[in-house]
Amino acid sequence: MASRHSATAPGTPMSLARSRPRHGEQVIKAVLLVAALVSVATTIGIVVSLLEPTIRFFGQVSASEFFTSTHWGPLFEPPHYGVLPLVSATLITTGIAIVVAVPLGLGAAIYLSEYARPRVRKICKPVLEVLAGIPTVVFGFFALSFVTPLLRSVLPFEIEIFNALCAGLVVGFMIIPIVASLSEDAMTAVPSGLREGSYALGASRMITSLRVVLPAAFSGIVAAVILAISRGAGETMIVYIAGGGQPNFTLDLGKAMQTMAAFIAQAGSGDVPIGTVDYNTIFAVGSLLFVMTFAMNYVSARLVRKYREVYE
Amino acid sequence: MAVLSTPRSAVQLASKGQPLREHLFRIALIASLAIAFVFLLALVSYVLIEGWPRLDSRLWENMPSVRNPDIAGAQSAITGTLWVISITALLTLPTGIAAAIYLEEYADKNRWWNRVIELNIQNLAAIPSIVYGILGLGIIARTFGLGFSVITASITLGLLVLPIVIIASREAIRAVPPSIREGSLALGATQWQTISRQVLPASIPGIATGSILALSRAIGEAAPLLMLGAVSFIRFNPDGLFASYTVLPIQIFNWISQSREGFHILASAAIVILLVILLLMNSAAIWLRNRYQKRW
Repeated sequence: MASRHSATAPGTPMSLARSRPRHGEQVIKAVLLVAALVSVATTIGIVVSLLEPTIRFFGQVSASEFFTSTHWGPLFEPPHYGVLPLVSATLITTGIAIVVAVPLGLGAAIYLSEYARPRVRKICKPVLEVLAGIPTVVFGFFALSFVTPLLRSVLPFEIEIFNALCAGLVVGFMIIPIVASLSEDAMTAVPSGLREGSYALGASRMITSLRVVLPAAFSGIVAAVILAISRGAGETMIVYIAGGGQPNFTLDLGKAMQTMAAFIAQAGSGDVPIGTVDYNTIFAVGSLLFVMTFAMNYVSARLVRKYREVYE
Repeated sequence: MAVLSTPRSAVQLASKGQPLREHLFRIALIASLAIAFVFLLALVSYVLIEGWPRLDSRLWENMPSVRNPDIAGAQSAITGTLWVISITALLTLPTGIAAAIYLEEYADKNRWWNRVIELNIQNLAAIPSIVYGILGLGIIARTFGLGFSVITASITLGLLVLPIVIIASREAIRAVPPSIREGSLALGATQWQTISRQVLPASIPGIATGSILALSRAIGEAAPLLMLGAVSFIRFNPDGLFASYTVLPIQIFNWISQSREGFHILASAAIVILLVILLLMNSAAIWLRNRYQKRW
């Protein structure tokens, strides 16, 4: 390394062109590239680890049973491999979560971006970050031992101790910060000229927020919501703890349900012998979950690129 | 509200016709934020009140047990968390920061492989954590033969939070203005000298903030470790990379799964410890950001 400094001896005219190759620089660049490639290797690793057992699973269980049967019980005798109860449970809990998170998260975002004074924002945003930083196992505990008893005492209808309603509600609160902070970013990025124009035309702050800022930030908000949906669909600990372990194919929100992620956690935490159908089942369900969240992220990325309004 | 000093007060002039609707809308907005805060407040106070009777030295001096909640503690889980997170930090921070430097300072955006890397990182950030558990189980524990050990858990968690480290570090590096780089290059520094002596020192606060947030995510993560052997009751502290282990969130999960009331109190007390650790890390991150954030 020290020899570099003596490369241009005094007296010799400095050439603007590189005098000699700097191998050290090239090595550093290569090392950094390798670090960046770790992320690509991770994706390949995930796909490979999912693919092989999944293919074997479909050699043991027919695809038509997997995708159309409404009975899930791979660990019982005789085993049933209809994945629909897991999918419906995932959709139901995620649906409840979205019903909670989108209005509350958007409301918070509009308030923080359009109404709140800088000092209020400075206090509120870190609190939202704290909510985002609570581990999901803690949310799960809170759901099971506080929210469910609360719901049981106030709701007019009966719900079980483990139920989809409570799990979905708490997942909703977990994803509020995602919706709120990403939507707020999108709204803050809308240039103030648009707001001023709207005010100048006599619009109120509410009208400006809803008819000018919200549409202008629409692509960012949609991306936030889709990201929140995929986070909710992949959420494990809350639905595992509060939603229970029975795969019920039902629309009754008061019943226990098992989502895809909860099944993977439950079956994966036992000591399942490698190569058995039970082992492969975990990976088959994992593949389905992976494909579903991957598709959502892809759609989200496309939407953002297609509908992004560029202001300069 | 009637002060006509800010530009936004024009709104007040315009909205005279429908003040009620405006008012209700504003109240609804504040309410949505308030509901989220009340939920957080309820969660924290519930856990504190529940766990208070067991928040004593037994928690970190005694080993876990499923028989007697009165003598059970979480020592092996606390040391396990320290082990796993330290190794995770050692693995993931250098990799993530290096990847960020490559993407910001070296990568030519017109090359397809660089765009693939970029898209891939965005995708990885959105993959559910339980799927990383599958990666850990199928590849790291089985194919690599590392088994259910500290190192398997650390690699898995490291890969899980790698996108967070990369994205945060890239933002911090991007915030350093090009004029700093140009000045350094003009003085004859090589590209790496410019990066290591100008760009990195200037972006360290941002990188540190992102790294702390990524590690605090890893500390609270339970789902992937459920599949990697952390669920069994471990009554000894890990003594190396290949030792069996358990971590705090998993220990909490184990106690939640017990039906006896005593274990739920124990779980609350352990949650308080976990939340205090995370809150300290979060505050450190926020403080760092506010203290050292540079406006160029």
